[in-house]
Amino acid sequence: MSELTLFLIRVAFLAILWIFVLSAISVIRSDMFGARVPETARGGAPAPTSRKGNGKPRKPRRGAPTHLLVVEGENSGVRAELADAPLLIGRGSDAAIKLDDDYVSTRHARVAASGDEWFVEDLGSTNGTYVGPVRITQPTTIGLGVQVRVGKTILELRK
Amino acid sequence: MSQTGTLMGFVHRRRRGAELFLLVLALVVGIGAYAAVGLGVEGVVPADLVGYGGWLTALIVAAHVTVRLVAPYADPVLLPLVAALNGLGLAILRRLDLTYEANGFDQHTFARQQLTWMTLGVILFVATLFLLRDHRSLQRLTYTSGLAGIVLLVLPFLPVIGSAKNGAKIWIYVAGFSFQPGEVAKVLLVIAFAGYLVLHRDALALAGRRVLFVDLPRGRDLGPILAMFGISMMILVAQNDLGSSLLFFGLFLVMLYVATERAGWLVVGGLLFTGGALAAYTFVGNVQNRFNFWLHPFEYYEASPGSGQLVEALFGMGWGGLIGRGLGNGFPERVPFAYSDFILSTIGEELGLTAVMAIVLCYGLIVERALRIALISRDGFGKLMAVGLAAIIALQVFVVIGGVTGLIPLTGLTTPFLSYGGSSLVANWVVVALLLRISDQARRPAPRLDPVDDSVADSESTQVVKLR
Repeated sequence: MSELTLFLIRVAFLAILWIFVLSAISVIRSDMFGARVPETARGGAPAPTSRKGNGKPRKPRRGAPTHLLVVEGENSGVRAELADAPLLIGRGSDAAIKLDDDYVSTRHARVAASGDEWFVEDLGSTNGTYVGPVRITQPTTIGLGVQVRVGKTILELRK
Repeated sequence: MSQTGTLMGFVHRRRRGAELFLLVLALVVGIGAYAAVGLGVEGVVPADLVGYGGWLTALIVAAHVTVRLVAPYADPVLLPLVAALNGLGLAILRRLDLTYEANGFDQHTFARQQLTWMTLGVILFVATLFLLRDHRSLQRLTYTSGLAGIVLLVLPFLPVIGSAKNGAKIWIYVAGFSFQPGEVAKVLLVIAFAGYLVLHRDALALAGRRVLFVDLPRGRDLGPILAMFGISMMILVAQNDLGSSLLFFGLFLVMLYVATERAGWLVVGGLLFTGGALAAYTFVGNVQNRFNFWLHPFEYYEASPGSGQLVEALFGMGWGGLIGRGLGNGFPERVPFAYSDFILSTIGEELGLTAVMAIVLCYGLIVERALRIALISRDGFGKLMAVGLAAIIALQVFVVIGGVTGLIPLTGLTTPFLSYGGSSLVANWVVVALLLRISDQARRPAPRLDPVDDSVADSESTQVVKLR
């Protein structure tokens, strides 16, 4: 193996190494500026069709939850169909699940779908919404049988 | 803290194609280095290049497919950077093995063992991503992981399985395998610190008295975490493991500072560090030696214990110059620990400053990505955990590369992903899996929920639940 060949191999390898590093940097760069701006952030209301699409009663898949049930508290047994999502939970008269619980805010929390997943979102309630033992600060995924606590009431997604 | 992702006004794309492209380049780096080693040392392309390259490719493809399946929104740059560093490290170890074999050293299968460890690391990487679908579930394990971390740190003291090597009592031997439990413990302690601090950050930052420009938190807020930290520091000092103590101290300080946003912690930490370093300098002979070797390396070249290793590494890097001597044309066997702590000196000697800069840049990018994950993460626990994991990698790289190049006194730590060392490699693959899991959560677009009109007044007053 001649000296020159080895030199060329060395230079070629260093070049590959730097091509890799620079490509990584260029991916990072495009990742910073190349992201799409979502419709909601561009200002103006999102198209009503997309909103309809979100709340449209979907064909329930096997094993997918169909209703929200109050399992514990004053209104135990009250249910709301998920087909009417998004569902508002609270003491107010416009709530889909109206609770007579003094520890629940008028507009306490909301259950809505995104894709195939169901989310619960706290609407700035006084006492907070808990998924399991954790007080939620952002929309949180809930599955079948996960206990959502608002005030003294516990709700669950059921089939 | 909430909804930062949407406030920034854009959603992240998945970028899995970009990741694949970078992974191909990373494989070219790893396998190319392996081929160059064979050409440089033996003059022929290594016979097992196809088998080796196929194995490496299979591992990387497995990791990539896993990310596609269970973390589609994860950061696209992290995995390729790690793959490139790991592949390069394997090739350098292979190069050292060939030299060790020619010189009749006992151990000359570092590369093969490292490849086995990398396989285990990738398996754990895949398992972590599959089993841990939401990093927030780790928050429930705050105290469990703190306890587990401390138990792991204590393991080397146990009579049968514990063992000392090179003066540090940090190894355990189980069924013929040696393992450094401290490497896993550092990940567990990050989880424990993050889980504790995210619940108590407000209390730590706001409650308490002000003493000499520093807001001191209440004892009951600081107590548990200080106990966790104190116990682990005591164990590390008893183990005579300087590098790890430095790492844990820095990690603790960074997380406390990030969680509370109080610069006072840095002052307190700096004072504690200065005090600790002075005490160690005065009372521990080993530390005094390290300082002397650092300040006057050439005076202790011949001494024993001396700075021979450091000086040889400096000679090597100096001889390597800008583009190095070429793989196979250096004398890395002159540095006793060229396969672990001093692997960077081998790279500096044979591939030169150009490659060393590329490697330092790779580490910089890993830390940058980790900190960016922390910035865009939507929950506090994920933020703190990402910062902690970034701090681990950053501190480790700084301590090792600083030590090898003579910038700071030398302390033993492994260079992440490059050095030979199974426990460290496996733990670091898990670190990457955790970072990818957090970034998948952070970059995933927030669920589209319709805005609520607040026209209906909150007329009836709501009673407040007494919290604790």
